[in-house]
Amino acid sequence: MASRRPARRLVLTAFCRAFSGRGCQLAPERGAERRDAASSRVSRFCPPRKSRHDWIGPPDKYSNLRPIHFYIPENESPLEQKLRELRQETQEWNQQFWADQNLTFHKEKEEFVRLRLKAKGLDLRTESGQKATLNAEEMADFYKEFLSKNFQKHMYYNRDWYKRNFAITFFMGKVALERIWNKLRPKQKTSS
Amino acid sequence: MAASPHTLSSRLLTGWGGGCIWYLERRATRQSPRRFLHLLRNVSQQRVTFQHFNFLRRMYVTQLNRSLKQQIKPKPEPTESPFLEKTSLDEAKAEICEMRPLVPPSLPLSRKPSEKALIELEPASVTEGSIALGRETKEEKQWKEMKLRADDLPGILARLSKIKLTALVVSTTSAGFALAPVPFDWSCFLLTFVGTGLASCAANSINQFFEVPFDSNMNRTKNRPLVRGQISPLLAVSFATGCAVPGVALLTWGVNPLTGALGLFNIFLYTCCYTPLKRVSIANTWVGAVVGAIPPVMGWTAATGSLDAGACLLGGILYSWQFPHFNALSWGLREDYSRGGYCMMSVTHPALCRRVALRHCLALLAMCAAAPALDVTTWTFPVIALPINLYISYLGFRFYRDADRKSSRKLFFCSLWHLPLLLLLMLTCKRRVGEEGAGAPRS
Repeated sequence: MASRRPARRLVLTAFCRAFSGRGCQLAPERGAERRDAASSRVSRFCPPRKSRHDWIGPPDKYSNLRPIHFYIPENESPLEQKLRELRQETQEWNQQFWADQNLTFHKEKEEFVRLRLKAKGLDLRTESGQKATLNAEEMADFYKEFLSKNFQKHMYYNRDWYKRNFAITFFMGKVALERIWNKLRPKQKTSS
Repeated sequence: MAASPHTLSSRLLTGWGGGCIWYLERRATRQSPRRFLHLLRNVSQQRVTFQHFNFLRRMYVTQLNRSLKQQIKPKPEPTESPFLEKTSLDEAKAEICEMRPLVPPSLPLSRKPSEKALIELEPASVTEGSIALGRETKEEKQWKEMKLRADDLPGILARLSKIKLTALVVSTTSAGFALAPVPFDWSCFLLTFVGTGLASCAANSINQFFEVPFDSNMNRTKNRPLVRGQISPLLAVSFATGCAVPGVALLTWGVNPLTGALGLFNIFLYTCCYTPLKRVSIANTWVGAVVGAIPPVMGWTAATGSLDAGACLLGGILYSWQFPHFNALSWGLREDYSRGGYCMMSVTHPALCRRVALRHCLALLAMCAAAPALDVTTWTFPVIALPINLYISYLGFRFYRDADRKSSRKLFFCSLWHLPLLLLLMLTCKRRVGEEGAGAPRS
């Protein structure tokens, strides 16, 4: 018991380190804040030791996607490892895209509101001190412009997302079949 | 609307959480002092486990809170202030990174002198640190194990298959079945009912399977099972297949091949045409309207076995109804659609959106007038349906002219009761079999 505890803790900290390390490796071209946004929440969380499942967290404040902390079993097969890595990579890719998308949207929206208010000759704050906003009809021009500006980006994203989603589900199917096969095989050995 | 439940729940949690921790601490010291001291002893021997550290960290937070009489801020709205939150959290993050590697028993001791200095110089960053700690512990509690429990499964599958929408679809199919000019056959009706229900469940599940990251980013859809990780994509696809195959088989061999083909076509249209098209072109709305129009046609073909004028009229009424319903709904979701990359008329062609909605409200009027001409209903029907049709057309006109949120909401809510009432009136005015119609007299 005493010898197992520090060994497990080492594994856990090494795992958490590997996690954040991988996040950094995959996104060198992005700014530090994006890297933090991608990996910090997941790498900070450590599930209870006796849990043998993945854990899913609250929605990320930038991307609104829920990060998953993947469980690595001791006897992980190559196929299972491939699946886990694919899911991990897809998670980070998704996180980056949506964090970037939402941040850009908010920045451009703020800029649009500021310019419009300036054009109308109004202050950024109303008399009561609250932030001045434009009504939905005025914002409609911005929404239309933003959507058309990002159309091509979304086309590439959609295509990649569909490919990844199918690949992950296909591998999940393969892993499930492999597990069923492994469960059946020892029984065959004992019976023969 | 989306912001308030979140902030309210976090406020409740901090108040409840803080109180709970304080209570537990006092209980720990009073009722089991031996256990508490044992914990401290363990900790001092540097055999720190995650649970011990968490417990002591929580104690530290509550002590600090009590001494500074600080109220933990509720978590700010994520979509509105990620930038503002970030700048204050950066300092707090640096502190947390410093604190983590420290050995816990020395933590309260070593922090005290630096703490005092911090309190003197920068009370904000320390309180931010404690707030961040409190937030972090709360966040950790929000992490859920992805373990599927048997008793959760029915609820999860119901939400995956959009059971309420499925119920509406099946009720339009039932209306189509009941309106068909043939004697009502209960066994055929039940087979159609179940088959269409299964097909609808399958289509909805695949739709959710495709749209996980987009659903996460829209308030309306962020609590769906796949978004929350309550079910794996593999299980969702398996469930969809497990519904589609028996559903279509039931319709094809239990009812008739025409209905089965329509069911299969509708699943394909919804999952492979409408869902991807939503992100490519505004034509998705017209495709989606066809998807909504097919179920009552299926009900009719299930009863009669043929695709005749009555079926087409019923399909036409449902097709036209989709436009005021959806266009009005989409008017209020323009921001979410724009950010999420959905190509909807309300964002790209707002004038067209309103024009189309009005156009189809008027088309509804015309089609209801055509119903008796096609022997579907008696002439009473267009007369008694006139008030509700005129009303929805009026609201459609107001939406077209005013183009604001208020008129769009009115039109949307009207469409919700307009359709069931219209179908009910059609049923009550159904042309009975054997009655003389407006067409060729039966001799």
